[in-house]
Amino acid sequence: MERRDFLKKCIMVIAGASVPLSALTLVDPKKVLAANPSIQWAFLVDTTKCVGCGFCVKACKTENDIPLNANVTRTWVERYVYTKDDRRYVDSPKGALDGYTDARIDLGKGEFKEIDKDNVGKAFFVPKLCNHCASPACTQVCPVGATYKADNGVVLVDRKWCIGCGYCIMACPYAARFFHPVLKVADKCTFCYHRLSKGLDSACVNACPFGARKMGNIHDKNDPITQIIMNERVGVLKDEFGTKPQAFYIGLAQEVR
Amino acid sequence: MVGQIAQHAMEVHGEAWTIKELFTLPNEEIYWSIQIVMYPFMTGLVAGAFVLSSLYHVFGIEKLKEIARFSLVFSFALLPVAMMPLLLHLQQPFRGIHVMMTPHFTSAIAAFGFVFSTYGCIVATELWLVYRKYFVQTALELKAMKNRGTIDNLRCLLFAALTLGAWDISDEAVEKDHKACKIMAGIGIPVACFLHGYAGFIFGSVKANALWMTPLMPVIFICSAVVSGVALCILCYVVVQEIRKFMARRKIARWAKDVNAPTVDQLEGAKHEEVMIASNYLMYFMIAALTLEILDLIFRGYTQVKSWDILREVIMERDFTKIFVMQYGLGNILPFLIMVLPGRTVRRTTIATILVLFGVFMMRYNVVIGGQAFSLSFAGFMDYELPIIPHNIETYKEGLLGALTVAATPFVLFYFINKVMPAFLKEEEPTH
Repeated sequence: MERRDFLKKCIMVIAGASVPLSALTLVDPKKVLAANPSIQWAFLVDTTKCVGCGFCVKACKTENDIPLNANVTRTWVERYVYTKDDRRYVDSPKGALDGYTDARIDLGKGEFKEIDKDNVGKAFFVPKLCNHCASPACTQVCPVGATYKADNGVVLVDRKWCIGCGYCIMACPYAARFFHPVLKVADKCTFCYHRLSKGLDSACVNACPFGARKMGNIHDKNDPITQIIMNERVGVLKDEFGTKPQAFYIGLAQEVR
Repeated sequence: MVGQIAQHAMEVHGEAWTIKELFTLPNEEIYWSIQIVMYPFMTGLVAGAFVLSSLYHVFGIEKLKEIARFSLVFSFALLPVAMMPLLLHLQQPFRGIHVMMTPHFTSAIAAFGFVFSTYGCIVATELWLVYRKYFVQTALELKAMKNRGTIDNLRCLLFAALTLGAWDISDEAVEKDHKACKIMAGIGIPVACFLHGYAGFIFGSVKANALWMTPLMPVIFICSAVVSGVALCILCYVVVQEIRKFMARRKIARWAKDVNAPTVDQLEGAKHEEVMIASNYLMYFMIAALTLEILDLIFRGYTQVKSWDILREVIMERDFTKIFVMQYGLGNILPFLIMVLPGRTVRRTTIATILVLFGVFMMRYNVVIGGQAFSLSFAGFMDYELPIIPHNIETYKEGLLGALTVAATPFVLFYFINKVMPAFLKEEEPTH
C-alpha cells in the first residue's frame, strides 16, 4: 500500500468511527443529578397573613450571626399604606427588626409622617428575602466565582473567596445583598442552608407565628407548598429582569417592587 | 464569633456617606463611591493618552511627534494607577489577585485583569522599541566612562539590563524598531479602546440599574476616555514645557547647559503647533462624546419606560447642577466655545483642557454616583456625601484623600519613569 492510500484510508476510518463514537459521552453523575435534582427549594410568602411583627427578621439575624444593630439584614418586612386621597407610603425601619410598633411612616432623614387613621384606604405588609433566582444576576457577575448556585437551587456565597468588590450587590435587582459588617464579604439569605441540610425549617419560617412564610421542594409535586404554587394565583417580584425568582408571593400588589 | 459583638451599634459599609430619603430598601447604600468614579476616569486617561500617541505612531501625523512620545510615557505612568482605585475599594484587597487566579468569565470584571495586562505589555513593548536606542547609547556611554561612582554603576547596570541584550543600533536595526513600534501601536489602539469600552460594559450590563443599563455605555465611555486622555496630555505637555522653558532660561537642568539645548523660542514654537493640532482632535472627540450622551438622555425621555419617573427626578431635579451645569455647561460647552472661537491660543486651550478634564470627571461621577442616587424600589433616594476628613481607614480610602492619592500617583510615577525614559528626548534623525 502506498503512503498516500494509507493516509486516505486512515482519514476515512477516523471520520467514519467518530460519528458513532460521538454518541458516547462520558457521563458525570453530578451533572446528571444537577440537571434533574430531586430537590429545588422554593419560598412561598403569603402577604395576607403577615402582620409585620418582625419575628422573622430577629430570628434570621440571630440564627445567621448578622449583628442586630447593623442596618443590614437578610430578610425584611415592608409596610405599604394607601390613603383615601390616593397617596402611597412605604417604609421598613431597620428592616422591621423590632416590628411595626409605630403607626407613623418613616420618611428617612429622621422624619416621620403621621397618617390619619380614617384616611387609610388599605395597608399591608410584604416580607422580602433573597429570591434564589433560577438565573441569578449576582452569580453571573461575580469575578471570582465566589457566589454560586447550589444543586438544590440555593444561591450561596463563599466567605473565604469573596473579594468584596460589590458587583453582586449592584447586580441584584432586589437589594437582597449587602456587605457583612464584621466579615467584610458579600452576604445574603441562604434559606438557612445549614438548617435545611439537617431537615429543619429555615429560621424565619420557624419563627413566623402566622404561617406567612413557607418553604417547599418545587420538584416534588406532592409537596403542599408546590401544590399552592401550582394551583393558586401567585406572583413573583420584578420578573422583567428575567432572573426567574424562586420566592413566590400570594396577594402581591403591583406597587410592590 | 460575630455574636459577641452583635449587641453594640455597628456601621455597615457605605453608611458613613449615604443619606437615605423616603423609601429605600434596608440593604441599599452607596456601595460604589468615589474610588469607582476614579476607576473609569483613570482608565479613560490611560486609553486616551495612548490613542493620542498612536495618532503619530500609526497614522504618521508628524506634527504630533513630541506630544506623542510624551503621551506614551505618560500613559505608562498612568497604567498602574488604573488598578489602584479598584484595589482601594475592595473589602478584601488581599484577595484581589483571585481575579487573575480564578477568573469567572461570565463576569464583566473577570477579564479586566487580562485585558489590562495585555494592554500593559503592549505599552511597555512600544516604549522599549522607542527607547531601545537611547538605552544602548546611555549604557555604552556609561560603560566608557572612567571613575564611575556608585550611582553611575547602578545606572549602567539598569540601562544595560533595559537593553535586554539587544545592543545593535545600526540604522537597519533602528528602522526595524520603528516598524515594530508602528505595529504595536496599531494593535494598541483597539486594545486601548477595548480596555475602556469594557469599563463601560461593566456598568452598562448591570440590568438592575435603570440609569446604567444601556448598550451605548461602552461607546460613550470610549469617546469620553479619548477626550479626557487628550486633554490631560495637552495640559501636562504645556505645563512640562513651561517648566522646561523656565529651566532653559535659567539654565538650571543639566540638559539646559548643553550647547545644543533648545532655546526658549524653539520650545515655544514647538509647543504652539503641537497643542493646536492635538486640541483639534480633542474637539472632534468631544463632539462625538456629547452627541452620544445627549442621545441617551433624549432616548430615555422619549421612551419613558417605567424607570423614567424616578430618573427624571434625579436627572432634572436632584442632580441638575451636577449634570447640566457642571458636566455639560462647565465641562463641555464652555471649553468647546473657548476652543472654537477664533484666535485660539495655547493659554486658552490650556484653560479649556482643565475644564474638559473636570467635565469628564463629573460625567463619571454622575454615572457612578447618579446610578445609585435612587432606590431600587423607585420610591426613595440616596445622596452621597464625600467624606473629607477621614475618621477611619474606610473614610480615607473612599473619601477625598483617597481620590487625591489616586490622582497624584501618576505624576509621581511619571517623575521617576521620565528619569529612565526621558519624554523629551532629542533625536537627531528626522525619521520615525
